[in-house]
Amino acid sequence: MTPRPPNGSRSADACVIGGGLVGIAIALGLQRHGLDVAVLDEGDVALRASRGNFGLVWVQGKGDTQPAYASITRRSARLWPDLARRLHEQTGIDVQLQQRGGLYLCLTEAELEARRQMLAKMRDAAGGDYPHETLDLAQVRDYFPDIGDEVAGATWCPEDGHLNPLLLLRALTQRFRAQGGVIDNGGRVQGIERQGEAFRVTTPSGDWSCAKVVLAAGLGNRELAPMVGLSAPVFPNRGQVLIAERVRPFLHYPTGHVRQTGEGTVQIGDSKEDVGFDSGTTTDVMAHIAHRAVRLFPLLRDVRMVRAWGALRVMTPDGYPVYEASRDCPGAYLVTCHSGVTLGALHEGPLADWIARDETDLPLEVFHAQRFAL
Amino acid sequence: MPNASPFKRLPCRPQATVTVFVEDTPIEVSQHDSAAAAVLAAGLLPSRTTPASEAPRAPYCLMGVCFECLIEIDGAPNQQGCMIPVRDGMRIRRQYGARDMHGEDHHGVA
Repeated sequence: MTPRPPNGSRSADACVIGGGLVGIAIALGLQRHGLDVAVLDEGDVALRASRGNFGLVWVQGKGDTQPAYASITRRSARLWPDLARRLHEQTGIDVQLQQRGGLYLCLTEAELEARRQMLAKMRDAAGGDYPHETLDLAQVRDYFPDIGDEVAGATWCPEDGHLNPLLLLRALTQRFRAQGGVIDNGGRVQGIERQGEAFRVTTPSGDWSCAKVVLAAGLGNRELAPMVGLSAPVFPNRGQVLIAERVRPFLHYPTGHVRQTGEGTVQIGDSKEDVGFDSGTTTDVMAHIAHRAVRLFPLLRDVRMVRAWGALRVMTPDGYPVYEASRDCPGAYLVTCHSGVTLGALHEGPLADWIARDETDLPLEVFHAQRFAL
Repeated sequence: MPNASPFKRLPCRPQATVTVFVEDTPIEVSQHDSAAAAVLAAGLLPSRTTPASEAPRAPYCLMGVCFECLIEIDGAPNQQGCMIPVRDGMRIRRQYGARDMHGEDHHGVA
């Protein structure tokens, strides 16, 4: 590699700011359109929600107050098998996608009834097409012979699934680079300026010149969006996760709080905490998470925990994504969500198509940040 | 049975010994040995197979870091052998693949 002058300018058709699951998926999709793409990643100091998430490809209950979100979630779930197959063929990495349905387990009748009502409403909103079932404990036992007696029941959706998010990030990154994509880990983007028809993006390691710029920097979008005339009212929400030793398969479907990976690792979540930018772990929350998991699956009582971590979700006031093109700065796009795994196939597919072609059949106006100003 | 271990003890002060059972074979070890040391002294190689690919493994770092010495001790699977001192009558067995939580006594192990 030729060393570049510290302030030498490099150019690409499109710069994607953010090298997480959202950014790389879009970057890969833009390459399908023949664009020369650079991903500008902050580096190891970044908050990196993509390294801490739970790995669900989850449909049930998502978009209960926004049918368009339910719709794009399901569309992404339907696109997932094709993306996983392509990544496997192109990189040799099996991201362990499994979409045979998932269960949301409830410990009380009241919680189960609330979910039953929520999903029934979603079925009505979808014109009757929203496959799911409400299961009592005996029916849950058909899926999970090891389920605890305290469980009231579960809601089941055949479109739910999960994958290995770290293998996914690696596969996306490997494919992006193999096609000539550049990942610049030169540090946090300091400025974005419109210069004629192009953007000049300033990083500590030099400038980039590009015709299109995509903001996919997670919580970093809050500061970046105003540079291109947009607003990204995102804030952190912490989730803590416990990781148990590998055991023989006993969970053949993912649940909202416990899943088992292809290698046998048990992943147990989670929490929703408003603690600012602190991505640490706390004993009380870990104890609460472990206690719930043992009530759901009593055989976990003696399993050994090997890791725990906290990660920060990228939340908006209503929990839904922001997808928006800048009017002031044509060629700048804002993408922010907290479901980088579930929506990954949408981002690599139709969302990247929208950015490449400036036209789409996606209901994007629903996801403009303007909605928070109303 | 002659000791088939490729590991030899360094000469040191004589210590009291205890008897442990490695795959049901009794073996005398020093009272301050770890269970992993007993495994090596007994020549139990491999002492486990890995959870994902079932590749053969044996105790390695002997200081609590690498988890290669996972072993079944007194019926409890996946024990970190190098961190657990032997005691008289301890029963040590190979750990095959991932721990199977079924069939374990969930109230009595360890």
